[in-house]
Amino acid sequence: MSRVLARRERRAAWLFLAPAIVVLLLVAAWPLSKTFYLSLTDANFGNPDQYGFVGLRNYADVLDDRLWWKSLSNTLFFTVASVGIETVLGIAIALLLNQAIPGRGMLRASILIPWAIPVVVSAKIWEWMLHDQFGVINAVLIHLGVIERGLAWMAEPGLALWVIVFVDVWITTPFMVLLILAGLQMISKEVLEAAYVDGVPAWRRFISITLPLLRPSIGVAVLFRTLDALRMFDLSYVLGGNSQKTMTVSIYARNQLVSFQQMGLGSAASTWVFFLVALAAILLIGLLKLHKPAEG
Amino acid sequence: MIHSKFKTSLLCGSVAVAMASAAGADTVSLFCSASGAEYQLCSDAATAWAKDTGNEVKINKMPASWDEALPLYQQLLSAKSPDIDVMLLDVVWVGMLKDQLLDLNTVVPAEEIAQHFASTVAAGSVDGKLVGMPWYADTGLMFYRKDLLEKYGKPVPKTWAEMTDTAKVIMEGERAAGNPDMWGYVWQGKSYEGLSCDAIEWLASSNGGTIVDAAGAVTVNNADAIKAVDLAASWVDTISPKGVLDYDEESSRGVFETGNSVFHRNWSYVWGTSQGADSKLKGLVGVTALPSGSAGGPSAGCMGTAHMGVSKYSAHPEAAASLLRFMTGLSEQKRRTIDAAYNPTIATLYEDAEVLAAVPFLGDARAAFDQAVSRPSSVTLGDYNQVSSAFYQAVHSVLAGETTATDAMSLLQADLEKIKARGGW
Repeated sequence: MSRVLARRERRAAWLFLAPAIVVLLLVAAWPLSKTFYLSLTDANFGNPDQYGFVGLRNYADVLDDRLWWKSLSNTLFFTVASVGIETVLGIAIALLLNQAIPGRGMLRASILIPWAIPVVVSAKIWEWMLHDQFGVINAVLIHLGVIERGLAWMAEPGLALWVIVFVDVWITTPFMVLLILAGLQMISKEVLEAAYVDGVPAWRRFISITLPLLRPSIGVAVLFRTLDALRMFDLSYVLGGNSQKTMTVSIYARNQLVSFQQMGLGSAASTWVFFLVALAAILLIGLLKLHKPAEG
Repeated sequence: MIHSKFKTSLLCGSVAVAMASAAGADTVSLFCSASGAEYQLCSDAATAWAKDTGNEVKINKMPASWDEALPLYQQLLSAKSPDIDVMLLDVVWVGMLKDQLLDLNTVVPAEEIAQHFASTVAAGSVDGKLVGMPWYADTGLMFYRKDLLEKYGKPVPKTWAEMTDTAKVIMEGERAAGNPDMWGYVWQGKSYEGLSCDAIEWLASSNGGTIVDAAGAVTVNNADAIKAVDLAASWVDTISPKGVLDYDEESSRGVFETGNSVFHRNWSYVWGTSQGADSKLKGLVGVTALPSGSAGGPSAGCMGTAHMGVSKYSAHPEAAASLLRFMTGLSEQKRRTIDAAYNPTIATLYEDAEVLAAVPFLGDARAAFDQAVSRPSSVTLGDYNQVSSAFYQAVHSVLAGETTATDAMSLLQADLEKIKARGGW
């Protein structure tokens, strides 16, 4: 009897899961397998119906391209720098907003503004603010006497990528703050109060109680941001265009596909990007122990 | 002679009328450039055509950057979309889109095609098929501050080296005289197609070739090309602001037209904008062919003719052809020249008294067109974008001081040969 029930439950479960599985197959598995299929061909947009199979040659060709490696190192630098800074800032601001300060509601709402503006719009705004001749940032810095003549932010090899990191931090720190704040509010007050009564100093309470309990929230936030950062396209594309200084792997793949019309090579590059993101996801889930509950 | 010309135009007129009535009220989709003045010219003309013929026209704005417009066209065309009928084409796209555009020889009378400069017709043709009707001629030109050259007693420079010296002298003089924002030379150094144009001008005027020669051999790694790129790199942060590495046409024009540069390389439309009623520089600007690499050497402006084409998948090819003939025809080209200094591709307009009164430099511009250098798009065809993008990125890295011209050109040579070997041209 119970076996029949179990079987019936299992069948019901599959029935409920079916729509989600179908949708996933349609929107994820189908395009992915199509991309993988094309990556094994020499298809071209100019004449997309005629193509031949070339095996794994496109994958080798991508790895043989200096620009791919440059894009990859840019992407990794961007990811580590931006996610790192956003995490630290995110924790700091979330701790601040978690205090009962007057006007907290307003403050919480207002920090979301950068996150609410579409990235392309933000990027365009920053492009003008950073303009070397007419930009407001140079005007302010010159006025303060920090620099003598306007800096060409995006033209300086050492600065361009940092500018992208900076704008990304400006845009996405609110997202970090929000996720971490939600985690902070789930930590029960009693634990912290008990430690306080026992005379544990504040920094110790933060290191030994708050941070470990926050780990799952921070982990999820870092995971989301890392996967996002590895696929980053819009910010670099608007601010840096096709400049090698700021090219990311997504821009590289887009150029092969769209600018150069090479469906085969472009699909191979996209597949490499997919592998990169998948690898990062697996490593991060393992490293941050996201599949395990928080200790405490 | 006069008689036969008259007959031709009569014939053309009647063909156009017949076409319009046969086509009835079709809706033709046209792509116009998105930049302010040019969009206005284009949409006014298209509206006039619609009114004349009783058709309707749907005007689409191309993306502001032409680098973005090409992929849009390619997507629409490879989807065989009927949403695109008549489109503005950059001369380098002709080879890339040739299989998806209508052969205009079949819809435009031969006499009408023959009115245009043969070189522009050749640039719009591939394998005997005319896919891009010449619309306006354009080339890189050197704009300069007449008043400042006079003030410092300097002649209009004939070589790049002379330009460099003059720019430096005047820039330093003006800065000392109280304009700290003064620069010597602004141009297009951003990592994009425009830099390919600027850089091929340096190469070709210095005997450094055109990246890939007419026979398809990669020639970019040569001593003259390296020298030319080195000279350009020496401008950055001396006579040109470092921001030039991020400038396209419009941002460099902004610096020149606020009065903060002695020299400016741009397309001929800057003549129209800098002579506008609200321009700070009205009457102070001169224009000439670009300098040469050495005394007595060639000047080489980048050929930037704009063409118009019709999609092979157009649902109304007759109406589309009628619109194309109106837009590229004599009276419309004359209007564009007089109103906004766009250079006609029709030879007789260069002797038209009304046109010459409005655009006095047209005679000089014609000499510059004759010497214009083509980017290697007719040789590299579908691979042109890859070639150009490798070229401008290599040049950009030299300009930004990340590498030397010697290293960059030898790496570029290898990269281009790799693209060629991988099934390229």
